[in-house]
Amino acid sequence: MATATFQIWRGDASGGKFENYSTEISEGMVVLDAVHQVQAQHANDLAVRWNCKAGKCGSCSAEINGLPKLMCMTRLSDLNLNEPVVIQPMKAFPLIKDLVTDVSWNFMVKKKINKFKPRPPDAEDGTWRMDQQDIDRVQEFRKCIECFLCQDVCHVLREHHLHNEFIGPRFLVYVAALEMHPLDIEDRLKDLKTGDGIGYCNITKCCTTVCPEDITITDNAIIPLKERVADRFYDPLKKLFRNFRSKKNPPH
Amino acid sequence: MSSFDTYDYDVLVIGAGGAGLRAAIEAAAHGVAVGMICKSLLGKAHTVMAEGGIAAALSNVDERDNWKVHFTDTMRGGQYLNNWRMAELHAKEAPDRVRELEAWGSLFDRTKDGRILQRNFGGHKYPRLAHVGDRTGLEMIRTLQDHGIHQGIAVHMECTIISLLKNDGRVIGAFGYEREKGQFKLFKAKAVVIATGGIGRAFNITSNSWEYTGDGHSLAYHAGAELMDMEFVQFHPTGMIWPPSVRGILVTEGVRGEGGILLNREKKRFMFDEIPELYRNQTADNEEEGWKYTQGDRAARRPPELLTRDHVARCIVREIKEGRGSPHNGVYLDISWIKQKLPGAAEHIKKKLPSMYHQFKKLADIDITKEAMEVGPTTHYMMGGIRVDADTQMSTVPGLFAAGEAAAGLHGANRLGGNSLSDLLVFGKRAGEFAAKFAKENGQAINIDENEIAALAKMVLEPFERTEGDSPFQVQYDLQDMMQDLVGIVRNEEELLKAMEELEKLSKRSGKVRVVGNREYNNGWHTALDLQNLMTVSEAITRAAIERKESRGAHFREDYPEKNEKSGQFNLIIYKGADGQMKVRQEPLPEVRPDLKQIIEEMK
Repeated sequence: MATATFQIWRGDASGGKFENYSTEISEGMVVLDAVHQVQAQHANDLAVRWNCKAGKCGSCSAEINGLPKLMCMTRLSDLNLNEPVVIQPMKAFPLIKDLVTDVSWNFMVKKKINKFKPRPPDAEDGTWRMDQQDIDRVQEFRKCIECFLCQDVCHVLREHHLHNEFIGPRFLVYVAALEMHPLDIEDRLKDLKTGDGIGYCNITKCCTTVCPEDITITDNAIIPLKERVADRFYDPLKKLFRNFRSKKNPPH
Repeated sequence: MSSFDTYDYDVLVIGAGGAGLRAAIEAAAHGVAVGMICKSLLGKAHTVMAEGGIAAALSNVDERDNWKVHFTDTMRGGQYLNNWRMAELHAKEAPDRVRELEAWGSLFDRTKDGRILQRNFGGHKYPRLAHVGDRTGLEMIRTLQDHGIHQGIAVHMECTIISLLKNDGRVIGAFGYEREKGQFKLFKAKAVVIATGGIGRAFNITSNSWEYTGDGHSLAYHAGAELMDMEFVQFHPTGMIWPPSVRGILVTEGVRGEGGILLNREKKRFMFDEIPELYRNQTADNEEEGWKYTQGDRAARRPPELLTRDHVARCIVREIKEGRGSPHNGVYLDISWIKQKLPGAAEHIKKKLPSMYHQFKKLADIDITKEAMEVGPTTHYMMGGIRVDADTQMSTVPGLFAAGEAAAGLHGANRLGGNSLSDLLVFGKRAGEFAAKFAKENGQAINIDENEIAALAKMVLEPFERTEGDSPFQVQYDLQDMMQDLVGIVRNEEELLKAMEELEKLSKRSGKVRVVGNREYNNGWHTALDLQNLMTVSEAITRAAIERKESRGAHFREDYPEKNEKSGQFNLIIYKGADGQMKVRQEPLPEVRPDLKQIIEEMK
């Protein structure tokens, strides 16, 4: 049986180094299989975070040969196995151990975003009516599995460490899903401009490139939000006009 | 002795999937202090994997549907071993629980007139499953998560409970550790809700992730609670089988709901060969009628591919055993054939089954819009679990509640697809409500036994001190292989007795595993601890499987291949005897309320 070499980061916040492990490979294997095999055979205490192993939970994010990916959806057959496969933890978050990072910042960011607030029900039985075509866009955003790879690749977080001023692509998608939800009547535009730091995004689309769910993060979520912010805060005519109208949603 | 942080809650919810989140939200709404334990990160629990939908008689697509039909479908699917009161509550309350999700932000697929769309699923008479493509579970858990984080619930992520704590016969808290540093945590609580999900990792081929090691079943059992229906393990008929690394990953029943058919290697549609008596009147007798059913023709009856999971799984096993299997020991599941019927079929499939398309394309190089998938049964769901009161979800131990997959009763001998997500919502809410009530009514001071904690801590750290012994991963693999071989889909007395012997050997090995490294995020250590729970549930499954000498629902005995009327009169209860040994006893089914009995009879 063929073998391949995996260069895996071992260490914690205080430091560490890459270790080489060789293990057998078989048809159809993904990187997470190889990591598990290494863990069972050579390094029982190797730390790796995973759950579903089917690309649905977004737990096993890492950097494979320098690219942010889900380990469970990266097939060995797509990698050059003549060279060691380099596996390291996400860079934008503090390291806990080996391949596991502390992503708790993301959970704190989400909590600060104003929650969903629906308009009153449309029907007497307390239900609403929505057309499928009006929810298609939001359903795209709601495919997000919260793997945080888009956060990892975003230079505002990864290089500039502006975690206190910028919520990152994941949460811009989250805000977009709320703002474009047909029932939602909350207003988050002011927060987007100030605390959320949407202005930091300069549309390099790295986030869209790495999204394992193929969400068109920049074009469908971030740019429309930027436009809404610009309309609200930088268009004097519209600002005047808005004073004559109610807050957010036109009557339906 | 090791130091540890202490937390004090009114209600402690162990588990953060659909049931745990719903329980925590409800308890918080009743004004009590709530703590919630997640074995992984928040939002990653197995609910995320649920694909097909949430069963609820909303009657948006077919107005003939109502709670009575849902109730009878559930009872029939469970071969009448279900707790009838749970089946009644579930059918009545599921629609409200689904509508509530919409009020919290869920966006289900829509009907033409803008209401929640519902789809066909195995064993459901009418289109009943509210869904979002084939990622309904993600929509549900994210909705509960995003709502739940604003309800003042204290969330402990990557934390595992090792033992429940009791005093005077009542549960008073739990002891566990957090993953990051491996530090202990003590949780004091007036009531505890177990919502830890299933046991899939007891088997080799499973759709379940590493977390599903029967923790809640085991915690409750060792705390003196009774388990029920442990012989009923659901093997989902369609898991991926090739390539080897994806073996077991789920292929949603939604594929068949959308018109997918099962074929053997001779390309014969074998599901028409055997239709169970209980379902004969409801099943199509020709292919055209089956197709029409999947396309919403209300006069048509369901195709046999949409019979219950236990039956479909056994038919697949039969085809394989009799030499008509596909090259990798499965059968073919084909949705691409609908291009003969539908214009734009490829786009339709991608829209209706996006994750399946993605999953096969990415992991198996198969385009499901063009070719058939290879599938085979995979361990999927535990019908059995902690025995609870139907209305309150309290176990036989005061203060200890259970909901979702970890609880028994709703599904009887076999669960219908879609009835799990609704189960989580309906009984998660009830467990949260009644746990909060219990906490309010039983607010006395809580005394924790320091010596008990010290002994637990010492036991948990023992694997680090051993200088020899197996790797915990190896023992887990051996257990999984053994359970798959001897306690799998087709069972017999001889193999089950052999399994008991093997369990004894594995139990000795699992008590002596060796762990390397330190306590920080040490997957080997976690596996060593989870292994103890797997041993407990594996024994419970095997003992119950020996005791039920008939074939019913998910439990198939080749030495007793028929249903036995007498055996249909009881549930099997597993409990810890006074001598510390695991015992099994028969518990007669509770008498069904006359009005419900009548409903069952009328709809037969």
